[in-house]
Amino acid sequence: MSCPYLTTVPLFMLQLWYVLSSSAHCVFKQTKALLDHPNTLFLNLTELTDQQKEFQELARKFAREEIVPAAPSYDRSGEYPFPLIKRAWELGLINGHIPEDCGGMGLGIFDSCLITEQLAFGCTGVQTAIEANSLGQMPVIIAGNDAQKKKYLGRMAEEPLMCAYCVTEPGAGSDVAGIKTRAVKKGDEYVVNGQKMWITNGGKANWYFLLARTDPDPKCPTSRAFTGFIVEADTPGVQPGRKELNMGQRCSDTRGITFEDVRIPKENVLIGEGAGFKIAMGAFDKTRPPVAAGATGLAQRALEEATKYALERKTFGKFIAEHQAVSFLLAEMAMKVELARMAYQRAAWEVDQGRRNTYYASIAKAFAGDIANQCAADAVQVFGGNGFNSEYPVEKLMRDAKIYQIYEGTAQIQRLIISREHLGKFKQ
Amino acid sequence: MHRSSEVKHVASYLNTRGCECFGQPCESHCPVLTDRTIHVQLKTFIKIRVKPDRTGVVTDGVKHSMNPFCEIAVEEAIKLKEKKLVKEVVAVSCGPQQVQETIRTALAMGADRGIHVEVSGKDYETLGPLQVSKIFAALAKKEQADLIILGKQAIDDDCNQTGQMIAALLDWPQGTFASEMTLEADKMKVVREVDGGLETIKIKLPAVVTADLRLNTPRYATLPNIMKAKKKKIANVKPADLGVDVCSRLEVLKVDEPPQRQAGVKVETVDDLVGKLKEAGRV
Repeated sequence: MSCPYLTTVPLFMLQLWYVLSSSAHCVFKQTKALLDHPNTLFLNLTELTDQQKEFQELARKFAREEIVPAAPSYDRSGEYPFPLIKRAWELGLINGHIPEDCGGMGLGIFDSCLITEQLAFGCTGVQTAIEANSLGQMPVIIAGNDAQKKKYLGRMAEEPLMCAYCVTEPGAGSDVAGIKTRAVKKGDEYVVNGQKMWITNGGKANWYFLLARTDPDPKCPTSRAFTGFIVEADTPGVQPGRKELNMGQRCSDTRGITFEDVRIPKENVLIGEGAGFKIAMGAFDKTRPPVAAGATGLAQRALEEATKYALERKTFGKFIAEHQAVSFLLAEMAMKVELARMAYQRAAWEVDQGRRNTYYASIAKAFAGDIANQCAADAVQVFGGNGFNSEYPVEKLMRDAKIYQIYEGTAQIQRLIISREHLGKFKQ
Repeated sequence: MHRSSEVKHVASYLNTRGCECFGQPCESHCPVLTDRTIHVQLKTFIKIRVKPDRTGVVTDGVKHSMNPFCEIAVEEAIKLKEKKLVKEVVAVSCGPQQVQETIRTALAMGADRGIHVEVSGKDYETLGPLQVSKIFAALAKKEQADLIILGKQAIDDDCNQTGQMIAALLDWPQGTFASEMTLEADKMKVVREVDGGLETIKIKLPAVVTADLRLNTPRYATLPNIMKAKKKKIANVKPADLGVDVCSRLEVLKVDEPPQRQAGVKVETVDDLVGKLKEAGRV
């Protein structure tokens, strides 16, 4: 459905959008799916509660006072920002989504996203290191039994520990079903052999969520061939590789990990043998909105830095912000940031309501990843020659933004998901 | 007033007037703000505007937050409680409904309960140190407080009077501009920052102390504490209940922006400079 390109719209106008698009399709009476979500749903997004505002304010203060000043040196050195992570843990900004009975605060995805956006504003490298915890924990939260939750989530609430999500391999990223790491049952244990790659927090994690193939039969359907495990990082045979030197988010620890005859007790299987694929994918519905929020935080930073600079720098006798070419750049950045924010908030809110949010989560992540790259590049443009230089903050944003179109589901995979969901709804 | 040797209460006054006005550093909220400050140094990005009727500055839509010096005061109170030197920390603020947000911040930092003294509308616009100190004196008697800690001044009006007036009204000793305070039995040792350096005094409790910049670094409220703060109580009180008349004795005649900075003149030689200075009657 095509819709007028919206600028920062008040909420009632957003309802108008729905009416317009549905009337444009009034010819296709059978497509009731488009009127799926009545307008009243958006009313919940009008105002944050006092508590949400306070959470957001805390994260905002912490990001601007502590992360922003420290980020450039972490980017240059690539050193893991453990002091910042520890401080964030002390303030309760990490692990908010761990259930209360495991020592966490049981926050919804919406509240977590509010915090994530603010932290990402400070530095997306730091925020990714923190977000990897959520990603690693999510399978345990959605599929772990009480004992597993208490053990592995509980310890995260007691100490500032990290965890990681081990699915991607050197030969299989988007094609999760193509992973080759094998887990073979031997008595009360599983023996795992294989290689994982691009694992965030790979070298710093205390435990991993691991997806491995348990059914060797190539004809076995994906929904039954894989199993999810929790692996303690100090298990013999787990060998993290060297820290990879990446284009951006350089302080985040990304490594390959080799599993050589790693023995995992059967108590560490999530749900049961063969349930892994669904768990791994199910985690994404809850972790994609925060990733979108992170990209939005980066875009917001780009916008603010560019605006500040445009109001200081003069050319041809005026501030560059007074030249329409530049002010239009800023306007377009603002449009994108506002829309990305609304998108991730919708996706987060949907899943908090208990509904399946795959469609919205993919839209949010795809859109936010794309606009983060656009906004960062535009910010460099506004800065001109200075933007290209490492003394100014925007070149880092451009380098950091790229990964948002790649990890947590590439931009292309997101489009696959969205089209599949969209066509699925349409056909109903 | 009979008092036990152990300090019972500490009340912190929170100033939540508009903070961005008057060219002072901005605590928060500006569309372009990137740095937040609790110390009185960084630039402000809010354009301060005088109201058209020149009775004050525009405060509508300007985000208000806790006065930086009051944050330091709250932090000190909580530190005393953590050292188990005081039993209860009560955070107090005077103003309209929005003031409750600031009290909640103090509760999230660790205060035990709050008191919101409701002053709104015209009364709030003219609320000044004299009225606030009267309210405070009345509350201190009612709550049987042993120690009152405030910020040394509010960064919107820079009055630097409230603490001193409270002490006078209650006939309590005062330790102002404190950069260090230590409780020793029933006496408070206060190191004061004065023009000539540092002055150390010992004052008997009950007393009033006003916090200066270097007293401490306020903590962030942690997320779990923000959630716990929701359950803490904020009592509502009206000035009339305390027998205080908030009518102002002052009338603001006018408020003006500072004069526009005149353009300078460039001169080529030192002789020109001296000549121009003589012309302007400066030399």
